[in-house]
Parts: sequence; structure tokens; C-alpha cells
Amino acid sequence: MANKILVYIDHFAGQVVPASWEAVGVGTSLAEELGGDVVAVVLGHEVEEFAQNAIQFGAGGVLVGDAPELKDYRPEPFASVLSQLAAEAEVLLFPTTSRTRELAGMVAVDLETGVIPDVVAFEIKDGSVLATRPIYAGKLLTKVVCSEKRPQILTLRGRAFPKPEPDPGRSGEITPIEMELGEITTEVTGYSESKVGVSLTDAAIIVSGGRGVSNNPQLSPPAEITDESEQEIWRAQQGFALVGELAQVLGAAMGASRAAVDAGYIPYEHQVGQTGKVVSPDLYIACGISGAIQHLAGMRTSKTIVAINRDSEAPIFKLARFGIVGDLFDLLPPLTQAFKDRLGS
Amino acid sequence: MNIVVCVKQTPDTAAIVTVEDGVVSWGDAPVVLNPWDEYAVEEALRIKEAHGGEITAISLGPEDAKEALKQALAMGCDQAILISDPVFAGADTLVVSKILAASIDKIEGTDLVIFGRASVDSDTGVTGPQVARRLGWPALSLVAAISSLDPEGKTIAVERMLDEGRQLVSSPLPAVVSVVKEINEPRYPSFMGIRKASRAEIPLWTAAELGLDEISDPAVMWPDIMAPPKIETEVEMIEGETPEEIAARLVDRLMEEKVI
Ligand SMILES: Cc1cc2nc3c(=O)[nH]c(=O)nc-3n(C[C@H](O)[C@H](O)[C@H](O)COP(=O)(O)OP(=O)(O)OC[C@H]3O[C@@H](n4cnc5c(N)ncnc54)[C@H](O)[C@@H]3O)c2cc1C
Ligand SMILES: Cc1cc2nc3c(=O)[nH]c(=O)nc-3n(C[C@H](O)[C@H](O)[C@H](O)COP(=O)(O)OP(=O)(O)OC[C@H]3O[C@@H](n4cnc5c(N)ncnc54)[C@H](O)[C@@H]3O)c2cc1C
Repeated sequence: MANKILVYIDHFAGQVVPASWEAVGVGTSLAEELGGDVVAVVLGHEVEEFAQNAIQFGAGGVLVGDAPELKDYRPEPFASVLSQLAAEAEVLLFPTTSRTRELAGMVAVDLETGVIPDVVAFEIKDGSVLATRPIYAGKLLTKVVCSEKRPQILTLRGRAFPKPEPDPGRSGEITPIEMELGEITTEVTGYSESKVGVSLTDAAIIVSGGRGVSNNPQLSPPAEITDESEQEIWRAQQGFALVGELAQVLGAAMGASRAAVDAGYIPYEHQVGQTGKVVSPDLYIACGISGAIQHLAGMRTSKTIVAINRDSEAPIFKLARFGIVGDLFDLLPPLTQAFKDRLGS
Repeated sequence: MNIVVCVKQTPDTAAIVTVEDGVVSWGDAPVVLNPWDEYAVEEALRIKEAHGGEITAISLGPEDAKEALKQALAMGCDQAILISDPVFAGADTLVVSKILAASIDKIEGTDLVIFGRASVDSDTGVTGPQVARRLGWPALSLVAAISSLDPEGKTIAVERMLDEGRQLVSSPLPAVVSVVKEINEPRYPSFMGIRKASRAEIPLWTAAELGLDEISDPAVMWPDIMAPPKIETEVEMIEGETPEEIAARLVDRLMEEKVI
């Protein structure tokens, strides 16, 4: 019997997480090496259009589990359905997201098999996937293999693998599935959208600000702000406005160091680093960030790093491809203008 | 509210971690309570302060995992249990979740289990949800706030931190929660707490005590640990007479190198 390589398509509020297509691409290369079929799995309610997309990105077929109970993501029913589908599979792939780590782990428990989260590279060895994943916040890498139990369950870090070119001409079979949802005891009562804008983990460009973003003594806060820490936050807001303008021109997401988050300049959702988000954009512009080891842990795999810092000795310059020693308040406005001029034309 | 907090011992995050022949070392940096687990312990303490009950910290690991448990006790947990047995060596999350679930079963009467979101060393982030699955209790992962808790009605409502925003979920108890940093600000252990912890007897549970005569083999193995490839960057400093000149040069260079 042909190997079955299942790929879970993760989505939220009507949008597929782009790393799902990267996972379809990985499934395709596994199928080339191991033999077998790539089958995408789409679970939710009114999600048929994602199935079409999965075929364009390379899936041979798609299993669609549609039920009103699956409209809101909850791990228990999603894991139950996946376990039913994956029982005979050779490999089950997920993009790494805030939903899929738990799903992968729970399916592994149901099927008494191994789980390898947040994979950044792989090879085939003795018929099994030998996966590479970062540990110690990326300070080290480990190889992990699930050599006997099946399916092999992996979640794949976003932007670690290429996204296949979609081919609108491809066709494949879309099959609705029968599902056993199991007892669902939890209830989703609502959402509060975060204001992050472009998602950090999907972003091709990130502009980040650190403690330096508040450091402009020339700015004097309005007289009604008398509290010193509020004055600092006010200054930081002026600084982050400059960071935000640059981000907007570049279509970039906005990041921050923990020092900036802890000082209340910007919400935690923006934090990059060991205890924030791990990102690996094509371009990372660090403004007023010193480059502490815990910050580097979150962005060291960025393809190109630009550092803007007053202090020529700041450790961030050791990792940067391009560096500017100077005051970010002087540099960011002309930089935003220069990008606007060049990219606009 | 009886709470179990699962904690792991990890090297300090500021440590320079190196590897030689597959053996990881972190010099003389201290081992500490996994930073994420401090938030788990803190949340348990806050729930106890509001609703009463007992907090038990448990850790699976070698003898020196006691340090993490002592830190949990020093912060204010009522008791700690070390789960340790030579047969546990090499356990993957599949096996660890089985042992932790068996331990929680043995503790009895638990209303809530709290995990950190991940360990800062091997960082799989799956142990909490796996324990939930084994116990058959709801998995409430990546919780940034507990918005309500009703010990009598046995319900809990939480805000989960998804990548896209917060999801509000209500659930019956018992349940398994994993927490993110936003949930609270962990306290420092008090002097009294540290004294109490240093004297505390920490019971040891082995496989036999948990009724786990047959420990299944781990499903995954990690045959190789290595340093990441050195990132070979020679920083190119961009200079100029005015900020405008510097800005234009940087944009030129980024375009030449096809970064944008
Ligand atoms: C357990 C643990 C986990 C952690 N997790 C994280 C994490 O996830 N993410 C994270 O970022 N940190 C994390 N940290 C914190 C980390 O150690 C640093 O404290 C933090 O990254 C420093 O932030 P910063 O670079 O913004 O601030 P600083 O180190 O204070 O650096 C500010 C920089 O701005 C420069 N500067 C000042 N004014 C200007 C100006 N006007 N123009 C240009 N440059 C200027 C200065 O020269 C300096 O280099 C963690 C720490 C611990 C202990
Ligand atoms: C180099 C290396 C690579 C590994 N790779 C994998 C892998 O890919 N897949 C796999 O299944 N296993 C793997 N393991 C095994 C895994 O590290 C252990 O099973 C570990 O005990 C739990 O996983 P974690 O540290 O990732 O914890 P996480 O799941 O990241 O931790 C989440 C929370 O679970 C709790 N917790 C974690 N460990 C314990 C414990 N021992 N006692 C009590 N509470 C705990 C804490 O609250 C923690 O905050 C690896 C181990 C090593 C050394």
C-alpha cells in the first residue's frame, strides 16, 4: 500500500496560515523520497475553498471535515478527527502555530507515537525522517527521529521551508469525511483580536524597537504628564511611531525587545526573543536594541539583519549584516523617506 | 481548589550553552526552575490566595531536579514530589506525559493542573496538552489570563493567546492549563520561604510506586546534538555625512543585495 503523508492545513478566521503551504511542499518532497501520496486535511466549517488551494499548492487529494462544531478551533475534537485519519498514515505534518503544537502532541498520545515539534530541516535515514530542531532557544540544534512508531508526527517551523508555487491548473480529489467528534465540554465564548497587524511569525520584514526608542531627551512630553515613567512611555511612543512608519512603508511587522515590553512601551504580542516570538524574516531591522543573548535567540536566523544603535560596541552588530552607528531619532525619518522614494518608483 | 504544578529544571537562560560529542554543558551557570514554570507556580499561588486549597509541585527528573522543586516550595507551594527512577532515563514527551498523568492520578482530588508553555531547554511545548489528553481533561493551552474560576460550580474561563489574538474559552474542571508570560509577574521567594524550602522533605516516587511496571519505550530519540552553523556575517558599517546620506546608502546596499 502506498504511504500516506497527511498535511494539516491550519487556518484562523477565514485565513490559512501560510506555513501550511510550506508543509504541503515538505510533504511533496517526502513523497518523492519515501514514495506515497500527499493528502491535505482541512477541518472546520465552510472551509471548502482551502481544499482547492491545497491542491494548487501540490496536495494529491484533500480530506475535508466540515461540521458546525468545528467552526471554532478547540483541540479536543480536532485531535480526535486527526487521530482517526492518521491512524494508518506514515507521516503527519503540521505548520508550527499556536494551535498545532498541542494538536500534534494530543494525536501522538491517541496513536501512542512520537512527536517532533518545530522542525527546521530534515533528511531521510533508514526509511524514517531524521528531523533537525532548535533547542536551548536556538543556541543548539538536535536531530530527532521516530524510527519505529507510526505515524511520524512533525510540526514545521514557518519560513524554514520554501513555499511551493501554486498551480491553478492542478486537479485532485476533494473528499468529505465522516467524523467522530467525541464529547466536547469546552465552549469558545469570544475573541479579542490583537493589534499586531502583520503577524510577526509570517512576516518577510520586521522592524523592531528596543529600550533606545524612548531615549530622546530633546522631546518634551506635554505638561499634563508629570509622572516620570509616564513621560518615558510618552517618549517611547514617539519613538515607536517612527518605527511604525518605517514598518508601514515596508509592509513589515513591528517587533520589540523585552526591555521595551516590560517598560510598557508596547504590548507583549510584539516581543521577539527567547520568551517572546521566534522569527526568521528576510530582513530584520533592529532599532535601539543592544542584542542580548535572549533577544538574539528569537531572531538570529533572520536572513539579513540591519542594526541601528548609538553604541558602536553593542553586541547586535556582531550578528548584523549592515550596521549604522547613530541616533535612531535622526536616522529613521530619512530612512522611511528613502524607502518610500525608492520603492514607490 | 487543589492544584498540581508541573515543573522542570533547566539551565539559566543567560548561560552560554555548548556541546561536545553530543554532550551539552553550560559551564558553571546555575540550574533554575524553568522560567515559564515560575508563571505556573505564581498563578497557582494566586488561585490559592483567592480560593484556598493545596498546591503540589511535581517534577520528573534526576535527583538534582529537587532544586526546581525547592524553588517552587520557596515561592509558596505546600508540598513537592520528585518523580524519579533510572528507568525514566531517555523518556520522550510521550512517556513523560504518561508518568506525569499517573502521578496526578495518584495525588487524587486535583481540580487544576498548571504547566509552563514550554521548557527553555528541549522546548517541545507539548507535555501539558499530552497530559491533558491522557487524563481526559480539557487542554487549555497558552493561557494569558484566567478570567473566572468557580470552585463550587467547577468551571473555569480563560483567555488563550493564539498567534492571531486571544480566544476566550470556558471549560469544566478539572482541566489542564499551560500559561504564558503575560498571565502574571512571578514573586521572588521570601526569606522565610527559602528557609522552609531548604528544610523540606521531598518525597520520591518511583515507577513501582506509580504502578508503572511497564514503562513503554520512548517513540523518539535524539541521536545528535550540535552547535548551529556559525552565521558568517561581516558587518558592513554604513557611514555618511548626514542621516539622509546614510539612509540612501543603506537602501542602495539592500537593493544591490536583493534583500528588498
Ligand atoms: C529569562 C529571560 C528571558 C528573556 N527573554 C527575552 C526576550 O524574549 N526578548 C528580549 O528582547 N529580551 C529578553 N530578555 C531580556 C534581555 O536579557 C535584555 O534585557 C533585553 O533584550 C534588552 O532589551 P534592549 O536591547 O531593548 O535594551 P538595552 O539592553 O537597554 O539596549 C538599548 C540599546 O539602545 C541603544 N540606544 C539608546 N538610545 C538610542 C538612540 N537614541 N538611538 C539608537 N540607539 C540607542 C543603546 O546603545 C543600547 O544598545 C530576557 C531575559 C531573561 C533573564
Ligand atoms: C536534545 C533533546 C531533544 C528532545 N526532543 C524531543 C522531541 O522532539 N520530542 C519528544 O517527544 N521529546 C523530546 N525530548 C524529550 C523531552 O525533552 C522530555 O520528554 C521532557 O521531559 C519534556 O519535554 P520538554 O522539556 O520539551 O517540555 P515542554 O513540553 O516544552 O514543557 C512544558 C511544560 O511541561 C512541564 N514539564 C516538562 N518537563 C517536565 C518534567 N520532566 N517534569 C515535570 N513537568 C515537566 C513544565 O511545566 C513545562 O513548562 C528531547 C530531549 C532532549 C534532551
